[in-house]
Amino acid sequence: MSGSAADCQYWERLLAKECRLYKLRDKERISVSAASKLLCNMMLGYRGMGLSVGSMICGWDKKGPGLYYVDDNGTRLSGRMFSTGCGNGYAYGVVDSGYHEDMTVEEAYELGLRGITHATHRDAYSGGVVNMYHMQEDGWIKVCQEDVSELIHRYRKGMF
Amino acid sequence: MLSTHSYDANGKMKDYHYSGPVEHRFSPYAFNGGTVLAVAGEDFAIVASDTRLSEGYSIHSRDSPKCYTLTDTTVIGCSGFHGDCLTLTKIIDARLKMYKHSNNKSMTSGAIAAMLSTILYGRRFFPYYVYNIIGGLDEEGKGAVYSFDPVGSYQRDTYKAGGSASAMLQPLLDNQIGFKNMENVQHVPLTQEKAVQLVKDVFISAAERDVYTGDALKICIVTKDGIREEIVPLRKD
Repeated sequence: MSGSAADCQYWERLLAKECRLYKLRDKERISVSAASKLLCNMMLGYRGMGLSVGSMICGWDKKGPGLYYVDDNGTRLSGRMFSTGCGNGYAYGVVDSGYHEDMTVEEAYELGLRGITHATHRDAYSGGVVNMYHMQEDGWIKVCQEDVSELIHRYRKGMF
Repeated sequence: MLSTHSYDANGKMKDYHYSGPVEHRFSPYAFNGGTVLAVAGEDFAIVASDTRLSEGYSIHSRDSPKCYTLTDTTVIGCSGFHGDCLTLTKIIDARLKMYKHSNNKSMTSGAIAAMLSTILYGRRFFPYYVYNIIGGLDEEGKGAVYSFDPVGSYQRDTYKAGGSASAMLQPLLDNQIGFKNMENVQHVPLTQEKAVQLVKDVFISAAERDVYTGDALKICIVTKDGIREEIVPLRKD
């Protein structure tokens, strides 16, 4: 999630509540498509009032792995890859060049780290650490937490 | 800038300053200054604030602390607009009482933090102009600090400074508690005595340079044995 911290924390927590209620009522886990649509409609309810949310909903359901981009305008897009936030252009440059159809999981981890690291290097508003999560079929795992100051030296040897 | 002059189209200095009709509006907010700081240790938490209440160039009071005790294990520091600080703490106290009556137990620090987030977000479109920091003990007895923005985003920290001198205090804490920007230094865990001394030193520095911080410092030390208070004088100028 990117944009306003308070808006993202509040609405995504509300979304988590709605997903839990869905599971209790319908006795099956909510689909990625439905979860992302719930968030999209929450955003549309406050359209024009200045909310700032740029988020990606990622999960597994009956159709397999799913990824949706949802933002405060009410945009909801399904796709194979997204990046959001003010550094997203820099990240797109790196991941678009490195992405290929038959990537392994390890290659994907590395590409993700690179994308974020280069974005934090050039964008003034991005920085700190990279928190990486892998959404697997039976749940999420935290892959790593790496400081970008160390990563940038790994990726740009001889630059500074 | 000691004086500003505006110039007309020919480069001649203007005698009068009139830029056209200007709309004036009542502002529902005021800035009353004050700095708050919280540090979490292994089995303690410290919440400290200065006691100066100011507005513009004036001081309203030299004895207006910004720490409020919520439960036996939680203290909150609120700085910003004093009117909203008072209302917010009243609302938190009421909600704590309601929780205690419904659930037959006191709220934990983490629960208070989550609740405060939703209270603040409830006023997303007319925010409480308050910078909050909660300090207390978590359910395992370890020190916990939660810092907030005015509209409710929050996270758990080891240490945090908020309010008018926060930009001066935070880098010093990053260096002394977080050992940031230093090389070849042993990371020793923070003892309670060292933490209290650090808090005093850091506020003395802030009072030197920030006009809104000074008069006195109130430190609340939260341990499993309860909450102890210490008052230390600061510069009054």
